[in-house]
Amino acid sequence: MGESETATVGVVNGAPALGGFSKEKLLELLKQMLLYRRFEESAEEAYAIGKIGGFCHLHIGQEAAAAGCILPLRQDDYIIGSYREHTQALAKGLSPEAVMAELYGKASGTSGGVGGSMHIFGVDVGFMGGNGIVGAQAPLALGMAWAIHYRGSDQVCVCFLGDAAVNQGAFHESMNMAAIWNLPVIYVVENNAYGMGTKFSRMSDTEMVKKAAAHGVPATVVDGQDVMATYAHFDALIERVRGGAGAQFVDVECYRFKGHSMSDPVSGTYRSKEEVDDRTENADPIKLLRDRMFAAELLTGEELKVIDKEVRATVAAAVDFAEAAPEPEVDTLYENVYSEINPHGRLFFDGRGK
Amino acid sequence: MAAITYRDALNQALAEEMERDENVFLLGEEVAEYDGAYKVSKGLLERFGDKRVKDTPISELGFAGLGIGAAMVGLRPVVEFMTFNFSFLALDQVINTASKMLSMSGGQIGIPMVFRGPSGAALQLGAQHSQACETWYLHAPGIKVVTPSTPADAKGLLKAAIRDNDPVAFMEGELLYNVKGEVPDDADFVIPLGVADLKREGGDVSIITHGPMVHVALQAAAHLAKDGIEADVLDLRSLRPLDVDAILATVAKTNRAIYLEEGWPYLGVGAQIVSIIMEEAFDDLDAPVLRVTQADVPLPYNKKLEIWAKPGAARAVEACKKVLYV
Repeated sequence: MGESETATVGVVNGAPALGGFSKEKLLELLKQMLLYRRFEESAEEAYAIGKIGGFCHLHIGQEAAAAGCILPLRQDDYIIGSYREHTQALAKGLSPEAVMAELYGKASGTSGGVGGSMHIFGVDVGFMGGNGIVGAQAPLALGMAWAIHYRGSDQVCVCFLGDAAVNQGAFHESMNMAAIWNLPVIYVVENNAYGMGTKFSRMSDTEMVKKAAAHGVPATVVDGQDVMATYAHFDALIERVRGGAGAQFVDVECYRFKGHSMSDPVSGTYRSKEEVDDRTENADPIKLLRDRMFAAELLTGEELKVIDKEVRATVAAAVDFAEAAPEPEVDTLYENVYSEINPHGRLFFDGRGK
Repeated sequence: MAAITYRDALNQALAEEMERDENVFLLGEEVAEYDGAYKVSKGLLERFGDKRVKDTPISELGFAGLGIGAAMVGLRPVVEFMTFNFSFLALDQVINTASKMLSMSGGQIGIPMVFRGPSGAALQLGAQHSQACETWYLHAPGIKVVTPSTPADAKGLLKAAIRDNDPVAFMEGELLYNVKGEVPDDADFVIPLGVADLKREGGDVSIITHGPMVHVALQAAAHLAKDGIEADVLDLRSLRPLDVDAILATVAKTNRAIYLEEGWPYLGVGAQIVSIIMEEAFDDLDAPVLRVTQADVPLPYNKKLEIWAKPGAARAVEACKKVLYV
């Protein structure tokens, strides 16, 4: 377990605290993780009744990775992720309404309904997208880190990858360049042990952290079910990178409680029901934080109910917003393929002539 | 106006645009210390420093993606592929990210960047180094494709491509780097993308073409002129955006056309052009439009076979005579 396991109850600036976290910060982490959980549960329900289509990859079980890695960042820092990115988008500051509307394919969604679950973007808050191609975000993160370096800014770029992405060439090419140019990028593997239905150890003969060693990138491991440990780790690491420490690699060990996508059962051919039940019971990041706060008397059952009610109301409002939002108009089909209508030659070839 | 090489014209375009806009930088294999595999970037490292002229490892997928990521946050990268043959390693980033980003992000994130380098065959480089790569880049909406044939076009179009807000694949002719021509030295000499250029005027038949084949078309036209046949040679210059009006105008004038291209016939550029002519100018035609292309085989190393496989002036002349029924 992470460092907070041994932490003691104490005082931060005169207020009750746990492991160096103020009560206020812990409540924020708890509330954020509950928001991610309730959001994904609602997405799951909406998918089941056909309101959300296509692919939909839920993040349930991995909330601490999103909260712990992203909440220490500044708004002008960049993050980019994979196709399991709804909660990272929320964590970076996109509104639940806009993200849910995107899942619904509505005009009020983050990409006007054109992107869908795997392509959520929020430039204003530094959320630079999901990506439907495993590992393809690694070179893009490298490029954003290059731009930070090019401009001499003190921003940081965080790239979220699944564990299977470390077997892609794009990942290794990116790590190499990030290292030789000392770029401000943190490659975060949300290591939930399975790439779709394939256990990581079946497809790699080396440990996760050794993937980074080959490129000279410092690697660390953190218990990604422990939000306090994850937050503390990233809070320090981000500041080091901001100060010029160069590229970093973090193996965030976590667990996905749901299937790979909506068509995949929670357990089955590649992992046992016992394993999933055990992790769900004993490694739920929200329950872990809740119980620690109960034990330290920083949270009561009544307070938790109030927080959960608030979060559920936020998500219900997001669903209502998405339900009510308009569909994109058909005459917008050709918008945003190119940046402007070309004044000279024809850009589109739809067989309809002039 | 001075006569300079195609290579120097490209070099001038890069230098002028880097001077004009500090967001423009050049990235690729051997572009900096080596001065470029084809010396297009000669002197730029010394002039602009190693942040703006950056040597990369041999990692086409990675550095193409680096350029796209940098463009996502507002820089204007020029990514050099040593040849477009090597860019196939980068196609995931080009097709799955660069061409789709503006759309997938609902208009939030544009990709103002250029992928450039030589495309097409040189001499006896074998099957993997001799491909005309336009079709791979043309098929996906969201990217533009430019193929300059002369030094002036190389300069004016590269400057336009760098200033463009969309990703542009800028395909140079490997055998054109030493070709000389008059090039305006005005720093704002820009040729808009999507405007074809009638490189030769004649009323009998239209040879429509692009890139290095423009020179082959001009040779063919010279041969035809000896037989009293005057050909229009229309250089499309950019393939997306495509100057459809110029294609229709030359066909309306001559009523007979061929498409000459370096690439393969199957779903090649000519297939699209012929389709447009058939759909939009059928009544103007006095003969079916023919295509002259590379043979539908990987290009052989053997010199005789290579020459035979590549589209040449003789074959273009033959096709023109066929559509003229002479």
